[in-house]
Amino acid sequence: MNFDPRFSGRKFASVGTRPIRPDGIDKVTGRARYGADFNMAGQLVGRILRSPHAHAVIKKIDTSKAEKLAGVKAVITAKDLPDLTDGDAAMYDILDNSMARKKALYDGHAVAAVAAIDARIARQALKLIEVDYEVLPHVTDVDEAAHHHAPLINDQVFTEGLEEKPAKPSNITKRTQFGHGDVHKGFAEADFVIERSFKTEQTHQGYIEPHACVASVNADGTADLWVCTQGHFVYRQHCAQLLGLEASKLRVTSSEIGGGFGGKTHVWAEPVALALSRKAGRPVKLVMTRDEVFRASGPTSATSIDVKIGARKDGTITAAEATLRYSCGPYAGSWAEIGAMTAFACYKLENVKTVGYEVLVNRPKTAAYRAPSAPMAAFAVESVVDELAKELGMDAVEFRIKNAAQEGTRSSYGPVYGPIGIGPTLEAVKNHPHMKAPLKANQGRGMACGFWFNFGGQTCTDLNIGMDGSVSLAVGTVDVGGSRASLSLVAAEELGIDYSHVKAIVADTSSLGYNDMTDGSRGTFSSSMATISAARNAIKILRERAAQMWDIPVEDVVWEKGHAIAKGEKHGNLSPLSLKEIAAASGKTGGPIAGHSELVADGAGVSFATHICDVEVDPETGSTRVIRYTVVQDAGKAVHPTYVEGQYQGGAAQGIGWALNEEYIYGKDGRLQNAGFLDYRIPVCSDLPMIDTQILEIPNPNHPYGVRGVGETSIVPPLAAIANAVSNAVGVRMTHIPMSPPRILAALDAEREG
Amino acid sequence: MAGVAVSTTINGDAVEYLCQPDETLLEVLRDRLGLTGAKEGCGTGDCGACSVIVDGRLVCSCLVLGAEAEGRKVETIEGMAHGDQLHPLQQKFLEHAALQCGICTPGFLIAAKDLLAKNPSPTEEEIRFGLAGNLCRCTGYDKIVRAVQDAANVMKGA
Repeated sequence: MNFDPRFSGRKFASVGTRPIRPDGIDKVTGRARYGADFNMAGQLVGRILRSPHAHAVIKKIDTSKAEKLAGVKAVITAKDLPDLTDGDAAMYDILDNSMARKKALYDGHAVAAVAAIDARIARQALKLIEVDYEVLPHVTDVDEAAHHHAPLINDQVFTEGLEEKPAKPSNITKRTQFGHGDVHKGFAEADFVIERSFKTEQTHQGYIEPHACVASVNADGTADLWVCTQGHFVYRQHCAQLLGLEASKLRVTSSEIGGGFGGKTHVWAEPVALALSRKAGRPVKLVMTRDEVFRASGPTSATSIDVKIGARKDGTITAAEATLRYSCGPYAGSWAEIGAMTAFACYKLENVKTVGYEVLVNRPKTAAYRAPSAPMAAFAVESVVDELAKELGMDAVEFRIKNAAQEGTRSSYGPVYGPIGIGPTLEAVKNHPHMKAPLKANQGRGMACGFWFNFGGQTCTDLNIGMDGSVSLAVGTVDVGGSRASLSLVAAEELGIDYSHVKAIVADTSSLGYNDMTDGSRGTFSSSMATISAARNAIKILRERAAQMWDIPVEDVVWEKGHAIAKGEKHGNLSPLSLKEIAAASGKTGGPIAGHSELVADGAGVSFATHICDVEVDPETGSTRVIRYTVVQDAGKAVHPTYVEGQYQGGAAQGIGWALNEEYIYGKDGRLQNAGFLDYRIPVCSDLPMIDTQILEIPNPNHPYGVRGVGETSIVPPLAAIANAVSNAVGVRMTHIPMSPPRILAALDAEREG
Repeated sequence: MAGVAVSTTINGDAVEYLCQPDETLLEVLRDRLGLTGAKEGCGTGDCGACSVIVDGRLVCSCLVLGAEAEGRKVETIEGMAHGDQLHPLQQKFLEHAALQCGICTPGFLIAAKDLLAKNPSPTEEEIRFGLAGNLCRCTGYDKIVRAVQDAANVMKGA
């Protein structure tokens, strides 16, 4: 299986076209089955009781009244999920987050659960569970939590990453540092230095489908879990470990997924549903309400970031430094670390230093959200870059072009870049008509750059050729936005057949080997690599079968455009054999024809984007409207360009919501005050303009077709691009996201009062 | 609690069911009748994923009681295509890739059908405000608006 993943320039027949997705018709007719659309015989309804307190010791839980209610089949608490994590701290946190063990750590933390014959009885049963709480002081703000006087969330936390272990516990779990050179020397060489502090508020991924699953545990130790997830194989591992099941006996099927954006990479209610099913001896369906989704799943970090950048008069950046504090919820995370890695990744810097601090707060456990941690860091850095360009009297785009990273640049987080797209996206923006469009009063234009690593990971696919010559492709990455279409295109391309003869499915955990989580923009990148590998393995067999049918050496058979061709004059009388003809004869030539692939998709190409945004700010109300938006991003190779555009547009829209409006609002009591789509308002159709896209294709040398991940980078620049646009419109530097009307008015007032 | 007997018409078919007085039409459609095309995204009328048309009026079925369907005509996503023949909106949503995850799609299609029934030639702004009751988190709405514009043109020509 000597698979060569290197890029080879080839002319594409299928890749780059825009066919209708194979799962589309089920989705426009209502037939597609999502998490909550599946039912089993004898199924019960599961519901979770959640803490109303931000921080409280759970002294006692009395479930006896609930258990006696007619129709209740099981009531569980943490006692029904014994600790099987064997010292694995990360797994213990997942367990504790699924069901609080000693303390409730945030408003919405699960403390007990019931399974009953219907939803009404389940709700009644929750009210009969008596929990005796000892309420503790809480902290929800990232800066307050980092203060040494803050209430301690976990007294076993001693900051990691310091030269010496601190004497006292704190809410800072870890310090990380990246960079190279000497920033002190660099700042000394600068003619201009800008230093500013920024804050961003916590947002939710906002997938429209709440978390939902159906769990069925049998008395013989086998179990099934139907669930909306971005990674059913990882869910299987986590759930099996937490429940004490053998992984192979827990079959996890990923339903159609109604949005994830990183938020469905973490188990929450699934271990609870399995524990309820185990106790009740019946299948249990557990669907979160929207209120629960906001209070207990997601969200991203709230942040507090200081940035300092210095440059010479000629526009060369001499030093860049950032300190980043990211909230993690009540459990350790690596969110500031990622922010610290990405902060200056767009630039070629001789002297750079970033320091990240992970901060515990009494909020839900932070989850990945599309290029997690990068948008906030980009907001802070790109704001200062813009301000510095102004100070230097340079055009914002030219200043960035002058300092942009290139092939061979040592990145601020360590590795040396291969061919990258930051320069080309900036050049494209410079020449884009959007940059020359006139602006009216109260309007402003901003632009900003963004970076994301992308990920590859463990990947496995099966490609089976039917006797009629049609192809079944089973993949293990979840289709979050059209990947079955793009992977079918790749299979068709490699085999040389028409797209319409390929049918891709997402296989369950018992039907295919392990696949990593569908995250890091890896779905199409990694599964296309595995699909190419599987197709090449199938082609090898197809050639052997053709050789057998012709009775010639296999070395004389090549594969071209869906046909086996006998090469050489001596075989001039042999007509090409189509894939269909070889498949039809397969029963007599050795049996079914298939190609498999198991690989680690290394070499995910890093991704860059530059966005342009025009806004209009109403100076009376502080209300901001995005009036024009353009995304320029490197895709490596756009397999299905329409869905690539969709990723660009969707990321931009999420970024617009984050920049202007979305935020978790906590009361003094530590309770979330806007746990619903009415008060946590994501952008609606009438809030947005058309979102223009430009796809650049700078091939990734580590993928046969040059593919890079495209899903995440599009959310990295918007916060900064919009902040720059608003700042240009109102003449005041905006430093706090979201730039909601009250914040803009306050900034204008502060400026007037000077 | 005693159930309420309801006789109604769903997608042209006479349907009878028993439901609890506090049960929503969305719960009835999904849990009693197996019509899971309408989705619950919020349960508070804020996301539009459960949109259905009742007697010609676009509603969030999570805000309508099952008992209120008595004697009415309910249209859901399951009745939008005529047999194998997709509605032009369904076809244009596919052609324009106006869906990514697809969870909001049934609600958007029902809302767009209602919009075009009332305004066959909407401007972009009218489409944007007409569909402002439906949340999509994947697409940024660009391709949805274009699909509706295209479908409107096809339907006018038909």
